[in-house]
Amino acid sequence: MTLKDDLLRSLSKAVEDVFSIMLGAKVVGGDVAFESGAPDAHDGVLAFVGVAGSWAGAGCMSCSPRVACRICSQMLMSESTAVNEDVLDAVAELTNMIVGSVKSHLETELGPLGLSIPTVVFGKNFTTKSAGHAEWIVRPFSWDSDTFEVRMCLAPNQCPAPLRVHGFGPADQISV
Amino acid sequence: MEFDVLLVDDSAAIRKILQRVLRQTGIAIRTILEAGDGQEALQILNGQTVNLVLTDINMPKMDGIQLLAAIKGAASWRDIPVVMVTTEGGESSVGEALRLGAAGYVRKPFTADEIKGKLAGILPAPVVS
Repeated sequence: MTLKDDLLRSLSKAVEDVFSIMLGAKVVGGDVAFESGAPDAHDGVLAFVGVAGSWAGAGCMSCSPRVACRICSQMLMSESTAVNEDVLDAVAELTNMIVGSVKSHLETELGPLGLSIPTVVFGKNFTTKSAGHAEWIVRPFSWDSDTFEVRMCLAPNQCPAPLRVHGFGPADQISV
Repeated sequence: MEFDVLLVDDSAAIRKILQRVLRQTGIAIRTILEAGDGQEALQILNGQTVNLVLTDINMPKMDGIQLLAAIKGAASWRDIPVVMVTTEGGESSVGEALRLGAAGYVRKPFTADEIKGKLAGILPAPVVS
């Protein structure tokens, strides 16, 4: 199995598991696409988490405001009707869990990887661009009559800095 | 015994879910305190009694590993059980947390039963259904 196959498989499983466990929702993956050109313009909510280490990239989830509200409502068991801080936080955290699950799976093959803090964007007609040239694996998912999209790219890091995944070095001091 | 619990996570959504799960466990909880990062958690610990800490690892300002080290390095706090609730599953971070004295860890995404099961093995009082 190639790394691309492994990445796709673990990404799909992570999405299904996270939605099932955190939202009690069954999602179904659609046709996979591979993109390397300029991204389309987005409307709605987009959350992404960076991955760093000997391999580097990012994972992101994008959805409509309606789906974002639905995610938040089901996650927090309280009705959300407009995109607010809770909604953005819920989508960001869900994305964090998905990318974190993929990262943990891939670490057995690629060695230690670090995750960034999630970032979430809400707006209309915005575009995103990665500084790298890696190919994105893109997979839409359906959730009843709703849809959302998950994408991820990962490529060998040509000059990886020493990974400081967590914790602190000898120079850091913590005062209590 | 009633527990004062400190939840540390930069996601307010996760803190809300953990609050709900903790209330469902049957553990006698007096207060649930919340912090968005390790620094906030230390400020709370400096002013409040806490019997249990549930913390994320990947957080801004001060991460969960640094918070754990601070707790285990302070004589007055080192007996507080600290459970890591995190997307991290690799040896690099979870292994370091356990070496530093974490009472255990729960991987996100988590179920209520996973949290309850983990706490049942840690807390001195029985965890009732």
